[in-house]
Amino acid sequence: MDLLNALVTLLNFVVIPAASYGAQLALGALGVTLIYGILRFSNFAHGDTMAFGTAMVILFTWWLQGMGVHLGPLPTALLALPFGIAVTAALVLFTDRAVYRFYRRQKAAPVILVIVSMGVMFIMNGVTRFIIGVEEIRFEDGERFVITAGEFKKMTGLAEGLAFRSTQAITIVTAIIVVAALFWFLNRTRTGKSMRAFSDNEDLALLSGINPERVVAVTWIIAAGLATIAGTLYGLDKAFKAFNYFQLLLPIFASAIVGGLGSPLGAIAGGFLVAFSEVGFTYAWKKVATYVLPDSLAPDSLLQLMSTDYKFAVSFAILIIVLLFKPTGLFQGKSV
Amino acid sequence: MSRSSNPYQDDRGNKDRSITKEGGGEIDATRQSGPTSAASGGPFLAAENMTGGYGAADILHDCTLTVEKGEIAVIVGPNGAGKSTAMKAVFGMLNLRGGHVKLDGEDISALTPQDRVGKGMGFVPQVNNVFPSMSVEENLEMGAFIRRDDFGKTMEQVYDLFPILKEKRRQPAGELSGGQRQQVAVGRALMTQPKLLMLDEPTAGVSPIVMDELFDRIIEVARTGISILMVEQNARQALEIADKGYVLVQGANKYTDTGEALLADPEVRRTFLGG
Repeated sequence: MDLLNALVTLLNFVVIPAASYGAQLALGALGVTLIYGILRFSNFAHGDTMAFGTAMVILFTWWLQGMGVHLGPLPTALLALPFGIAVTAALVLFTDRAVYRFYRRQKAAPVILVIVSMGVMFIMNGVTRFIIGVEEIRFEDGERFVITAGEFKKMTGLAEGLAFRSTQAITIVTAIIVVAALFWFLNRTRTGKSMRAFSDNEDLALLSGINPERVVAVTWIIAAGLATIAGTLYGLDKAFKAFNYFQLLLPIFASAIVGGLGSPLGAIAGGFLVAFSEVGFTYAWKKVATYVLPDSLAPDSLLQLMSTDYKFAVSFAILIIVLLFKPTGLFQGKSV
Repeated sequence: MSRSSNPYQDDRGNKDRSITKEGGGEIDATRQSGPTSAASGGPFLAAENMTGGYGAADILHDCTLTVEKGEIAVIVGPNGAGKSTAMKAVFGMLNLRGGHVKLDGEDISALTPQDRVGKGMGFVPQVNNVFPSMSVEENLEMGAFIRRDDFGKTMEQVYDLFPILKEKRRQPAGELSGGQRQQVAVGRALMTQPKLLMLDEPTAGVSPIVMDELFDRIIEVARTGISILMVEQNARQALEIADKGYVLVQGANKYTDTGEALLADPEVRRTFLGG
């Protein structure tokens, strides 16, 4: 019984939160990896693209709610998602037109594009705050829990409860659908294959009749979609605050690099690795340990390796370890 | 050379490869094609009086290359003679200051490389000529990207020409041997059903046995009516299969004759073929 209680505690406080956080990171990292693979630079504006996308989704959610549209047990934000993606895609396409295309035409060194993306990041950051403000916004509605801790206790008779929030379930399900669709697109469709070809060899792709501008546009649209979805899921799961999304950039890049930049599979693995380490390192293991260990060994301290305030240090540490020992990442992306 | 003149392309001092990916394209994809004009008569491919280079200095000086239908033309010459440059000029990857390129009765001098592919030119670069992470079959599919019709038959023809590719069609092209990779590259270019196939040193870095086999395949391709223009380091073997040979020196035509005649020419033998 003690072991079962330990397991439930672990699921409740580590596995489920980390899995949904990992799914959010994976979706973000996929966008970063796509831009890196196809446009050849690290897009520092990705976090703020997520923020902008989420802000748009929130606005559309309010609009839908104002009109009395609800999705029943599901959050209205899911209905607003396509609109948010459309506006975000329009914004990144405009950015590409107005900013990136100039540098592409100049055949600018990729490092210059990285710095350019940093400028775009600051502008997007400002635009998002200007539109929706800097405060924390909660925009989830519908059913809050798939199963609450109380219900679970009553059902199983265990001392520990297991809460499974609907946003966590939605995050995981959405991530699976999106990832499956993305892989199908990249590996099976003509456009997807042309994107991989462009990533492999730009000149040869051009000489094969692939239109580079079209590849670039499709890449931006997909990245905007991934960013908006990831941002919305994160916002539903926790809360929306523009600054938090800017900070998310670090774990997202850590995920992409750990998995191997340019490798979509790596981005997913990296996302979960970073999420599980972050949650694992900042979780107070006392409760689990008390259940598992005999009474004589019961810990006095919290058994927390690191305060949650330092959670970004985990991403940093993973990033450095990977760059030191396996610079190509776990899934052998384009050698970093 | 031209890289450093543009400050946007200055990558000096950047040793960080964790935020940028190497290997961007060299060809300007944003350039638009100019008009073409009818120019009937003359050889199938006539690249005449080409003068130009990458920067301020000219590499090609009044260089002329012609190929008839179904012919194999080979460009040979010492290192730095401008062989590959001449090939790139024919394909529109070089800004010409003088001369013109005519293909099948049409002046295509103002077209971009990608539009020349649409006009029936196929080009196999010397290096980076496959999509390494994509399977052999996907490489061929990408070769046929501009075709909206069913290209299954062309793919069968390529597989007939290079049976090994059919065997390895699910394998990423980057994992193949050098010779097999060259076959993928040639196969990819053939997928557009080109009228003129241009090969930049197709046998660079492959063993002599593979080289002989590649040459045999190239002859087979020419027999189907496709004209071939080829740059080769292995001058003797290449001239043996050539209908026409061009010896370039310092970007200008030095000797032009049939392959046989060039091989027999004591002057050419002494200076370029090592006796």
